[in-house]
Amino acid sequence: MTVKLGVPSKGRLMEKTFDWFGARGVELARTGSDREYAAAVRGVEGVELVLLSAGEIPRELAAGRIHLGVTGTDLVREKLPSWSDKVTELAPMGFGHADLIIAVPKCWVDVNTLDDLDAVAAQFRANHGFRLRIATKYHRLIRDHLRDHGVADYQLVDSQGATEGTVKNETAEAIADITSTGETLRANHLKILGGGPVHKSQATLFKSRKAHWSDEERTTLKTLTTTLGIAG
Amino acid sequence: MDKSLIRGEAARLLGFFQEQGAQVVEADILQPAGTLLDLYGEDIRARAYVTHDPVQGEVMMRPDFTVPVVQMHMAEGAEPARYTYMGEVFRAQDDITNRAPEQFQVGYEVFDREAPVEADAEVFALVKDVLAPLNLRAATGDLGLLLAAVRGLKTTERRKAALERHIWRPRRFRALLDRFAGRAPLPEGREALLAKDDPMKVDAPQIGLRSPSEITTRIETLREDTAADPISVGEVELLDDLLALRETTGNVLEHLRDIAVDMPAIADAVDRMERRTEALAKRGVDVENLDFEGSYGRTSMEYYDGFVFGFYAETRPDLQPVATGGRYDALTRVLGHQNGERRDIPAIGGVIRPELTLLLGASS
Repeated sequence: MTVKLGVPSKGRLMEKTFDWFGARGVELARTGSDREYAAAVRGVEGVELVLLSAGEIPRELAAGRIHLGVTGTDLVREKLPSWSDKVTELAPMGFGHADLIIAVPKCWVDVNTLDDLDAVAAQFRANHGFRLRIATKYHRLIRDHLRDHGVADYQLVDSQGATEGTVKNETAEAIADITSTGETLRANHLKILGGGPVHKSQATLFKSRKAHWSDEERTTLKTLTTTLGIAG
Repeated sequence: MDKSLIRGEAARLLGFFQEQGAQVVEADILQPAGTLLDLYGEDIRARAYVTHDPVQGEVMMRPDFTVPVVQMHMAEGAEPARYTYMGEVFRAQDDITNRAPEQFQVGYEVFDREAPVEADAEVFALVKDVLAPLNLRAATGDLGLLLAAVRGLKTTERRKAALERHIWRPRRFRALLDRFAGRAPLPEGREALLAKDDPMKVDAPQIGLRSPSEITTRIETLREDTAADPISVGEVELLDDLLALRETTGNVLEHLRDIAVDMPAIADAVDRMERRTEALAKRGVDVENLDFEGSYGRTSMEYYDGFVFGFYAETRPDLQPVATGGRYDALTRVLGHQNGERRDIPAIGGVIRPELTLLLGASS
């Protein structure tokens, strides 16, 4: 049987993943037409490439349908409860860096920390009659972070895109999203809360703990990790 | 475990409370999510099953019976009232815990504003009696002491309100207390903000629902707070003493009397505890050997604000408590106000997990 390696199916993340493997002597390449999701691996026998949406790779790893997968640490933590029971991090890959942050309007001169946010949430709820809204798609990570820091009187509202615009549109008071340069935040008159990001994400090679690993597949994994020069 | 067995055990426990004069009540499985979220905050979303109803919008599979029973009582109940119920509650579990996401509960709730201390003793004693064959360890606490201590601190009303709001979040409570006592630095950026001639001056437009006047009001609040004296070392130590208490109820009353000499604000709460102890003794509870913990119940349910208790199988520390309960006047207050109700509805209740009474009963 072959070891199934799931990698992002398009965009910079796919190119960077191919580059990363290529630089370590394992050549990944798409085959067929541009639109066909087919790919091949050269350099190690017994590895099959599966092209997937980066967002689906955590789920496929957790279900054991792929043995290895490349995706962001943020997506793994967000999508998999008790993620470390399901996957192991084999190697951080040094690209796809993004920080998950919480941002508030820059005009909130009195708010710099989660401590401030908590106090403001209490005041906001008393004045407006509802819980302060934070727009995000990272519900689990943000909820856990705010619980750990004892922030109350907020609510998460789902935002799958254009999250930075929600404050101006008055559908949220604050946002939580990933950012690499912070430019979109600045352009939307938002500032990042101090105290460090909620999570620092980067593209990472994960190994599934739920997939079936036969002796043959373990040997293939060993060959692959040795070629890549990473701990198996 | 076979569900019909659990249901049978639940019916037995329900019958016990019914014999004691409780009225049997039912609650819907699907509860409006908004009410529960406003009450428990966003955290409940992680623990409850949220689903969608085409008409009602977001609904939750009941994570507890307390809220629907209180609402039913507020809508149509006459006081005093005693209710009992049985049924499943649904709690999403992280898969590491191995706890069943749907569990049977049997509960007993008392709404009686005339005799709250006796009601406390009654609920505890009945739960204890029905569990007696299992030889469980009981633990008790009283969040009324901690609330009274916070309300009696010699500091600003705002600080007291901030501490009271976080009574049920021990880490946040501690961080605030340390800061108000001058033992921890101000949050990042606060000093710089207050040192500015015009703190409102910022190179950004006003966006969002939070208005400039809300921001200036908060800056004034921060100024007041910076000017206020720190909470004294003595008061912080007394609070620490209170939180660290772990003694039998017999011994703890004496200790509490000592604390109350320096912190008279808790005297009423200590009196109440003493009367409760007498009421418990009258019902045959061995109060001399009843464990008391100053911090007990702080994290188990937000809104517990008085007597709290739990029953544990000492030989099975892996199990959840077999029964838990407590006074939750704060919950009825918040829930009542959401419904436009202005009077308080004193309430105490407890729940038993019939699956555990079966399991332990079979092995004992």
